[in-house]
Amino acid sequence: MSVLTDVAAFLAAGSNWQPENPDGITARLLEHLQYTGIALAIATAIAIPVGLFIGHTGRFAFIAINAGNAGRALPTLGLLSLVVILVGIGLVPVIVALVVLAIPPLLTSTYAGLQSVDRATVDAARGQGMRERQVLLRTEVPIALPILMSGIRNATLQVVATATVAAYVALGGFGRFLIDGLAVRDYAQVVAGAVLVAALAIVLDLLLAGVQRLVVSPGVSGRALTRTTPRKVSP
Amino acid sequence: MLQYLRTSSPAVLAALGQHVVLALLPVLIGLAVALPVGYLAHRFRWLYPPLLTISSVLYAVPSLALFVVLPVILGTQTLDPLNIVVALSVYTVALLVRTVVDGLASVPPAVTAAATAVGFRPLGLLLRVELPIAVPVILAGLRVATVSNVSLVSVGALLGVGGLGALFTDGLQRDYLAPIITGIVLSVLLALVLDSVIVGVQRVLTPWSRVGER
Repeated sequence: MSVLTDVAAFLAAGSNWQPENPDGITARLLEHLQYTGIALAIATAIAIPVGLFIGHTGRFAFIAINAGNAGRALPTLGLLSLVVILVGIGLVPVIVALVVLAIPPLLTSTYAGLQSVDRATVDAARGQGMRERQVLLRTEVPIALPILMSGIRNATLQVVATATVAAYVALGGFGRFLIDGLAVRDYAQVVAGAVLVAALAIVLDLLLAGVQRLVVSPGVSGRALTRTTPRKVSP
Repeated sequence: MLQYLRTSSPAVLAALGQHVVLALLPVLIGLAVALPVGYLAHRFRWLYPPLLTISSVLYAVPSLALFVVLPVILGTQTLDPLNIVVALSVYTVALLVRTVVDGLASVPPAVTAAATAVGFRPLGLLLRVELPIAVPVILAGLRVATVSNVSLVSVGALLGVGGLGALFTDGLQRDYLAPIITGIVLSVLLALVLDSVIVGVQRVLTPWSRVGER
């Protein structure tokens, strides 16, 4: 129990929250968000266009299907160590490891989202005279958005939780509390670090859930249905 | 590289063996826990939303943190492999509860109605009708859990118990690529082998899915 009170004391200490304190929670939060943000931006820029291409054309589908499993099997720690030895300590190894971690869920969910679109709907869009780009962007993507968003949320969750390994290669982020706390057997600091990471992951997930509610058409999410005729919509 | 393998193969094999145990045991424990919990969540729908929240919160806890904090909770030694097993079991349960519920929900209501009508009792219905039909969905979740466990075990190396992960910390300390590459390759191979074992199990368990193949 004493660990819990120590954790509370650590989290409540004003000095830990001051932005000027380089080892404080605010500074570590910004570092953590920086790694997470850069990695997710790069992974999204790679995985979503590729996923859209594969899902729309149906070509190279085996890549999207197998990327999920092969990518998950790559140990992040091993990849991180490998890139550190190749290019040296710095931001690059951490970002590379996190991008590799985030691509599989993004790629598979983009592909799965497009796959879930009814072929008849796509035919109808084409029959109305939409060009390929319009079919993709104005018919397939809006319908695929719930699955696509769940992939983005999944990737964010994993990247936030795994960005802690940055501390292992001498960078910052919430992982510092874990690694430093472990080194000096200060378990309160370790638990506080874990609580902060989990809290950040939950806050980001709630934010993305809000974004999802904004961008997904009510007709697709089923909210339009419930408004007029209440009926059970499967989750 | 070759020289490394020649001199260190016993150590590498020992690390691989430990890796297999540390990755597989949690999968079995996780499945054993997730099946009844998922069934309860399927029967009593009000249990599902809170369970889903708990499992996504658990999943957000970084593995490193869980490995470190568990000894404090369990009263084990920091170097005890049990910490890794318990931590990965927690992740596996968090992941599988959802797939078990999804799998049971994928059973068409007409099928359960028909099975009830021909006299299946709840337990028989679950074991002989619902679970077999849910096998593809549950095993798909099990594949994800197994493969990510194989990858997560190595994080334990930061605490001194991590199977192949020890090769990563070793390589980083000595600025030596051979152990790191060996570790990555073996880890990916292990994941692929275990994954295809599960696919094989699925083929055996669901013979009806192959009817049209011939």
